[in-house]
Amino acid sequence: MSIKNSHRSKIIYTFLAWTISSLIFFPILWTLITSFKTEAEAISASPSLFMFDWTLENYEEVLARSPYFNHFWNSIVISLGSSILGLLIAIPAAWSMAFVQTKRTKHLLMWMLSTKMLPPVGVLIPIYLLFRDFGLLDTKVGLVIVMTLINLPIMVWMLYTYFREIPSEVLEASRMDGANIAEEIWYVLLPIALPGIASTLLLTVILAWNEAFWTLILTAADAAPLTAFIASYSSPEGLFYAKLSAASMMAIVPILILGWFSQKQLVRGLSFGAVK
Amino acid sequence: MKNKLMMLACGVMTMSAAVAAKETITIATVNNGDMITMKELSNDFTRQNPDIALKWVTLEENILRQRVTTDVATGGGQYDVMTIGTYEVPIWGKQGWLTELDNLGASYDVDDLLPAIRSGLTVDEKLFAAPFYGESSMVMYRTDLIAKAGLEMPKKPSWGFIRQAAKAMTDKEAGVYGICLRGKAGWGDNMALITAMSNSFGARWFDENWQPQFDTQAWHDTLQYYVDVMAESGPPGASANGFNENLALFQTGKCGMWIDATVAGSFVTNEKDSAVADKVGFALAPDKGLGKRGNWLWAWTLAIPSSSKRSDAAMKFISWATSKEYSALVAKNKGWAKVPPGTRTSLYNNPKYLSAAPFAQITLDSIQSADPVNPTVKPVPYVGVQFVAIPEFQGIGTAVGQQFAAALTGNMTVKEALKASQRLVERTMRKARYPK
Repeated sequence: MSIKNSHRSKIIYTFLAWTISSLIFFPILWTLITSFKTEAEAISASPSLFMFDWTLENYEEVLARSPYFNHFWNSIVISLGSSILGLLIAIPAAWSMAFVQTKRTKHLLMWMLSTKMLPPVGVLIPIYLLFRDFGLLDTKVGLVIVMTLINLPIMVWMLYTYFREIPSEVLEASRMDGANIAEEIWYVLLPIALPGIASTLLLTVILAWNEAFWTLILTAADAAPLTAFIASYSSPEGLFYAKLSAASMMAIVPILILGWFSQKQLVRGLSFGAVK
Repeated sequence: MKNKLMMLACGVMTMSAAVAAKETITIATVNNGDMITMKELSNDFTRQNPDIALKWVTLEENILRQRVTTDVATGGGQYDVMTIGTYEVPIWGKQGWLTELDNLGASYDVDDLLPAIRSGLTVDEKLFAAPFYGESSMVMYRTDLIAKAGLEMPKKPSWGFIRQAAKAMTDKEAGVYGICLRGKAGWGDNMALITAMSNSFGARWFDENWQPQFDTQAWHDTLQYYVDVMAESGPPGASANGFNENLALFQTGKCGMWIDATVAGSFVTNEKDSAVADKVGFALAPDKGLGKRGNWLWAWTLAIPSSSKRSDAAMKFISWATSKEYSALVAKNKGWAKVPPGTRTSLYNNPKYLSAAPFAQITLDSIQSADPVNPTVKPVPYVGVQFVAIPEFQGIGTAVGQQFAAALTGNMTVKEALKASQRLVERTMRKARYPK
């Protein structure tokens, strides 16, 4: 009886999981299909999911009209650059918070997280003026710095959570063996926390790839990443859904592939420390 | 061998010097068909000006507005040519954020620009932007449906006739709605239409002393008409519809009439995208017999921010892109119907253009009948037909648009929406110290 019940609940959960996944995936599927339609079919009052004249004209036009690979390269440099730079700062910061705690550590962590609650537009003018004065407008270096600062609180928090799971005795033992702080982090902490560091890196790469406020405001032509590429296909007057869909697919496919191959790491990273 | 190496070195140095001497200007523009054509044809400019290279930044209108406003206000200098609208030009010109266009060249013929458009781009007798394309609004209607309803569209319809025709053309069971109007909240969305409408109903945003006027009968009549006609004959979910949504509805045969930008004339008659291309007629925007029609006036223009370090090269580009020669270039490559409309008188004297664009005359008549300096029946202290050219308007325009969208959906009554609008506009204007 209980086996029968368990089998039934398995079917129900599987069905529910597939339904919810399909609902979440549907907008992406719809965008993919629309990218192969003509503009007239894309706005049709009775849209068809598969029965239409499939065309590649939107992809051809998008590739002809925009320097896709420049935007793509900028996205890679900005997202990878900011994530690696962020890790270089976040690892020692998280180490000190996890293993050399003071009575203010918790407050410091909360303060770091609270900076994420500030609407970005609140600091738009000061950041813009700083960028102007330091000649950082429309440069990849400038965006790497901004993305690093934006994602740093999340990186420190995630790494802090990982590091807290590592017994401090392991690090103490290395200290007893004569390791200095750098050696302790490099030879002992990093190998143990590698899965956590990898998932932090992946998550911040995705966040930086998708960031669409600073990347749009602080760039013009040279450093504009794929978010600016997508934004250039929305139009206030005229049909653009099919071309916008093609541009969107070209922008999200690389990060979708990365997400697909690293899903185990991501899930582990996001759920780490959730259940004890 | 030595000589060859010397020659090669000289060649490389000469090329490097040429590249170094080349000036690069950055152009920020919107993703509209006419702008894309400009980008495509810009080789003609670089061929004529080999010492100038072009960099393009194409963006969606609201993102572009946010970006260029930040840049021009902080003197960022990211852009040398900006695409801005007739709303920004008088405000930015007054602030000293734009460079005067005083050197567009001997052959530019600035007097050929349509007076209504030119007046909106001039501050203290100085031209601060050159129009790339201009537009007003008009009635686009289905000739087959109006004939079926036993009516004939006058060239200059009244709001009364529009309501009657909308009712007669509506067949909700067949999914055909008599009228499609903007309902999406926003100063450039529903408020563009309703403000222009209100002008013809005798309403105005402010009196001569900058006192908000939403508590007047004229505003009540405007909003009541809008809500009633949309309830009787509008499509469902109209509060989410802007230009593109209504364009899609009209092109797929779901609208009997659509009152919107004249630039839509080329879209609805384009056989590739429009299922009703051969069944479209045009008429002037409606009136109420008070001397003003409910049409707006807008132009996308090219301007140079005062922070640009390459203003001479930028001026050359603007002169090229808004010249008569550019119109001829577009006609040669894309056909006369694709020439950017609504900026030059000479275009409307060109028989080739008039025969290629069936909406040309109505566009010209609409633009000429709009007066940004005297937009309403009663006098006003501001410039702008469907907007008020003050920095606060984006905020209050959108906030009032949200109240009107709530009236359209039935979440508020017309009276409540107007009362809330009056209150919020009064508060903003008092804080900004406008009322005298």
